[in-house]
Amino acid sequence: MAGISDLYNQVLKDHRNYPRNKGLIDGYKTLKVKNPSCGDDVTVQLNIENGIIKDVRHIGTGCAICCSSASVMSETLKGKSVKVANEIIEDFYELIKGNYPDDEDRLGDAIVYVNIHNYPPRAKCATLAWRAAGAIIHGDEGETIDE
Amino acid sequence: MSYPDKKVLLDVKNDFPVLVNNPNLVYLDSGATSLKPKCVIDKLDEYYEKYGVNVNRGVYKLSYTATTEYEETRTVCAKFLNCKEREVVFTKGASNGLNLVAQSYGMDNLNEGDEVISSELEHHSCVLPWQNVCKIKGAKLKYVELDSEGRITVEAFKKVLSNKTKVVVLTHVSNVMGYITPIKEIIRLAHEVGAVVVVDAAQSVPHMKVDVKDLDCDFLAFSAHKMFGPTGFGVLFGKFKYLKAMRPVEFGGDMIDEVYKNESTWKDAPFKFETGTPPIAEAIAFKEAIRYIESIGYEKIQAHEKALMEYTMRELVKIDGVTIYNKSVETGIIAFNMTGVHPHDASTLFDERDICLRAGHHCAQLIIKWLDTIGTLRACFYIYNDFEDCDKFIEAVKDSAEYFKEW
Repeated sequence: MAGISDLYNQVLKDHRNYPRNKGLIDGYKTLKVKNPSCGDDVTVQLNIENGIIKDVRHIGTGCAICCSSASVMSETLKGKSVKVANEIIEDFYELIKGNYPDDEDRLGDAIVYVNIHNYPPRAKCATLAWRAAGAIIHGDEGETIDE
Repeated sequence: MSYPDKKVLLDVKNDFPVLVNNPNLVYLDSGATSLKPKCVIDKLDEYYEKYGVNVNRGVYKLSYTATTEYEETRTVCAKFLNCKEREVVFTKGASNGLNLVAQSYGMDNLNEGDEVISSELEHHSCVLPWQNVCKIKGAKLKYVELDSEGRITVEAFKKVLSNKTKVVVLTHVSNVMGYITPIKEIIRLAHEVGAVVVVDAAQSVPHMKVDVKDLDCDFLAFSAHKMFGPTGFGVLFGKFKYLKAMRPVEFGGDMIDEVYKNESTWKDAPFKFETGTPPIAEAIAFKEAIRYIESIGYEKIQAHEKALMEYTMRELVKIDGVTIYNKSVETGIIAFNMTGVHPHDASTLFDERDICLRAGHHCAQLIIKWLDTIGTLRACFYIYNDFEDCDKFIEAVKDSAEYFKEW
């Protein structure tokens, strides 16, 4: 199980089983993203005040990669400025392709998803919540279908 | 493990270039699409390399050759299904054929208060076209209640059948559960109340002899690509009396008789349903897929699949941490999950070992909801699988159960 445990590692397992910042709060900017072909759906909320992401919340159903990644995303982006959050999200997309960013530290636990690049069909699962967060920052709200 | 009698198994792996090029591949996703034998691929090449021109148009020799090859497939299909050539409509696949019947026959023959019977076992392509027509026409879509295993039974069918029933649209073999519908008896009963029966045969024709005259079905659709044929092509069988009366749903080249400014007339069935340049190479090569099946014979195909299934199921039921949804299945499809594990997470472990499975809702959300799960894993056996494939699959299930036990 050597290869598979690189992907399904302890950090991922911990976030899947004990998700941080789970549950929605009224009044936050909210976006629900569904992937009908795989059945995953994730709802992400951001509370942005004065350019700072004060709070990140999420709920959803899906595979362990998708659910854990939503939890990791919430921890990673919470407290960051919108500008830095955007950069981190871009860094995460690069990481998923196997490219380490210059500043690894600010990715936090998200760094463990680097092994996803060995499993290209799962990249969408890992990025779903991150794409939802990015879309909210860019003004999207409501519901959308992931293509 | 000791193998059962190997003599019952076919030895055809070398007919399939994908398996020759990927010797470690365990391909268990034939329900999604089958691999293609060399004879079909060669026929596709033959068209493109030797006479790759359009059909039904030119009056030159190459066009005649292409048209002859193309229409020969219709002849081969008709014999294969035991119907007349004019009852064979070429389509883009099973979905396309099923939609055609709903859009044409359904739109013109359903009225408010009429009833259509379907089931929760259906592929979306089978039930959604009728859900749409029923909404537009004010007809009612009724569902056969599945039994405790998830099967369609004649008894349950009788309970929803009435004089209001105008159309019955059911799968012949479920793409998720692999169950065979008792379709012949259902057709007989439906005809007693004057209803027409549309059969989704996408998962049956690849594995069993389907004789449309014997079944007495009114329409029956399937895809070429699930039975060794090319993608993008399929067949809709329809009784000629219905096809003749039906309006075309697509208009344009090839399907016309005479065109005037405000009025036009069409060719007879099946040609009025075949608009534009078709997938010519695919149509031509499909007859080689049928010939390939016939050269082996359905009896041997079924014996092969049965041996693999019995061997695999016997081991699978012993493994803790596996939920099997169709233990009594009579075809080569296993619907299962690693207990408590999302099917996409589990499927990655199989992928790591070059075992190709389908994971998800299989375009059949109604049965997934009926099973009260988010999706399943599906392993399908076909003629190119062998006992070694079964062993690798069983080993992966065991390791997966062990690995995800902690999760």
